[in-house]
Amino acid sequence: MSSQGLPPPALGHPGSSPGQALPPQAGGGKDLAIRARGLTRKFGNVVAVDKLDLNVGRAQVYGFLGPNGSGKSTTIRMLCGLLLPTAGDIEVLGYRIPEQAESLKRRIGYMTQKFSLYEDLTVNENLDFVAAVHEFTRAKARARIDELLQRYWLGDLRKQLAGTLSGGQKQRLALAAAVLHKPDLLLLDEPTSAVDPQSRREFWDSLFDLVDGGTTILVSTHYMDEAERCHRLAILDRGKLVADGSPQELMQALPGTALLIECTSPRKAQAALTGRRDVVAMAQIGAHLRVLMRDGADARVQLQQQLHEAGIQARVEPTSPNLEDVFVATTQRAPRGDEAQGGRA
Amino acid sequence: MNLRRLLSIVVKELRQLRRDRLTFAMMVGIPTMQLLLFGYAINLDIRNLDAAVLDQAQTVHSREVVAQLGQSHVMNFKFNLDEPQQIQELLRAGKISAALVIPPDFERRMSTRDRVPLQIVVDGSDQVIQQAARQLAALPLDAALNPAAAVNANQTTGNVEIVNFYNPERRAPVNTVPGLIGVILTMTMVLFTAMALVRERERGNLEFLIATPVSAGELTIGKVLPFIGIGLVQVTVVLVLGQLIFHVPIRGSLIDVYTSALVFIVASLALGVFISTLAQTQFQSMQIAFFTFLPQILLSGFMFPYAGMPWPAQWLAEILPMTHFIRLIRGIMLRGAGLRDLWPELVALGVFIVIMMSIAIARTRKRLD
Repeated sequence: MSSQGLPPPALGHPGSSPGQALPPQAGGGKDLAIRARGLTRKFGNVVAVDKLDLNVGRAQVYGFLGPNGSGKSTTIRMLCGLLLPTAGDIEVLGYRIPEQAESLKRRIGYMTQKFSLYEDLTVNENLDFVAAVHEFTRAKARARIDELLQRYWLGDLRKQLAGTLSGGQKQRLALAAAVLHKPDLLLLDEPTSAVDPQSRREFWDSLFDLVDGGTTILVSTHYMDEAERCHRLAILDRGKLVADGSPQELMQALPGTALLIECTSPRKAQAALTGRRDVVAMAQIGAHLRVLMRDGADARVQLQQQLHEAGIQARVEPTSPNLEDVFVATTQRAPRGDEAQGGRA
Repeated sequence: MNLRRLLSIVVKELRQLRRDRLTFAMMVGIPTMQLLLFGYAINLDIRNLDAAVLDQAQTVHSREVVAQLGQSHVMNFKFNLDEPQQIQELLRAGKISAALVIPPDFERRMSTRDRVPLQIVVDGSDQVIQQAARQLAALPLDAALNPAAAVNANQTTGNVEIVNFYNPERRAPVNTVPGLIGVILTMTMVLFTAMALVRERERGNLEFLIATPVSAGELTIGKVLPFIGIGLVQVTVVLVLGQLIFHVPIRGSLIDVYTSALVFIVASLALGVFISTLAQTQFQSMQIAFFTFLPQILLSGFMFPYAGMPWPAQWLAEILPMTHFIRLIRGIMLRGAGLRDLWPELVALGVFIVIMMSIAIARTRKRLD
């Protein structure tokens, strides 16, 4: 995979200000599908999106990873002109948004989080309608719909009401509708939230097919395995961009260390280590306890000692960081009773 | 405005409507049900009023009068009284609503016509009965004042007078049915448009739609167009049933009837579109729509005469589209008037449409916020 001359990755530490976390400004908008500067949206007193800077290169899958309420949907809606930003500049496919949003709408496909086609129309009728909305002639529409029905395995379902489809089928229909007019940019808002793993894999295969055809895809998710498949990833937390880069780069740039503790009772070990200031997160993985430490300093001996004092025989081994570690490190809420170090309240 | 796109929205809307059996049933069911309801049940034609007779004359003629009034089925004489005070007792107990009093000197009063020959005592607590009986009381009076009736005794004249008197009331559906077209169109058109437009927002379809090149105007007009057709079908249902069941005449031109109905449908749709811009959910739009029904039905002249209202009510009535439609449709169907006579009402509806649509379009934005 290539990063296509994009700015180097940057990883925001939970304690750092968002300004430091941002990549340097990319010059010009020619090779960028989306460029946003200082994007902000407030709902009343709530800041949903906070001074977001985004650079999304063409013909790649760009992922938005973030917990619920981190501003993923709001950002996507602002990028396609459905919501007005409170402040900031947006340029999508060379159009200034929101001023030129209507021209942009011919060139983007948008798949909403919730199934937004008509449940009381059949698969065929839905696609028919979408084709007409995009001013396809009847002959052109017929050919394109047949092509899509075949590509997304909907041929046998064409006469079925959309409301009676399964989650995976609905999602394939929604994707077919979103790409019907061959958009240059596809915005997908948590497209796989109601879909089984097999369907998710198939769905991602079709996304990469589209990228091969030159489509740029912006996809929001909260699944780590999906985030890992993106060419480039932005991690959002409470409306702020806390990390931006390729998944590999983000994992390498992780400032903390991941440790794997092997012991007889991981639960007790977790209790013993709770309250340590240098522990960012702990999670039990089967018979192991996975611990994310705050900085590079080797705390293995210390930990082993502390566990020994607590009467727990344990072996502490370093392990390679994964995307979940990055996610936890960047989006973690200020540790309990540790305001000074969290510093993001 | 792209015609292919507009048409596709109309087609989509019709397909959805065809599958939405409840709405579809309501489209046809509401006019039929209301016509029967207003035509039969809500009838100011008073029948079988429980009544008593106090015949103090006890002559052939007095018994004749009692028999004839009984035959009219307006009064159902349940009691034959001997004492005047019994009337008050029965009235107070709610056992009777009216009493016919024939004075002892009935024969003399009939021939000399110096005093009213008959008296009807009425339960004044019910306005409708009071009104009906007051008119009923005019019958013997008319007969008495009519020289022919006086000479000819009561036999035939009494009959004729009863028929004449009850004529207007027996023909109540004639007055009701044309106005009913207005009521039905108001209820269905305003409600269904408001709900249909809000439904897209509520079900999340709108978020997909506004990310496409479809314009707000195309969407609104495309969704509203099928309702014009449905409205005209409803008008036809009421006209045909009104003709078949209640023999309601159409004295003016049929084209005028449909023209004014069409303009009124568009006005109602405009109101529905406006309501849809205020509501976030279908339930809200239903509440707001009902909020507009009451003044339309009460103040439009459909139920109560416009002339009898205080000026603020009249002023408010002038704003409501149904007021103008009631004047149009009654004028055309009952008085045989043409649109050339009634054009100011059409103009008023036109102004309403322009104002409502302007506000609605100004409020419609292709955005989520």
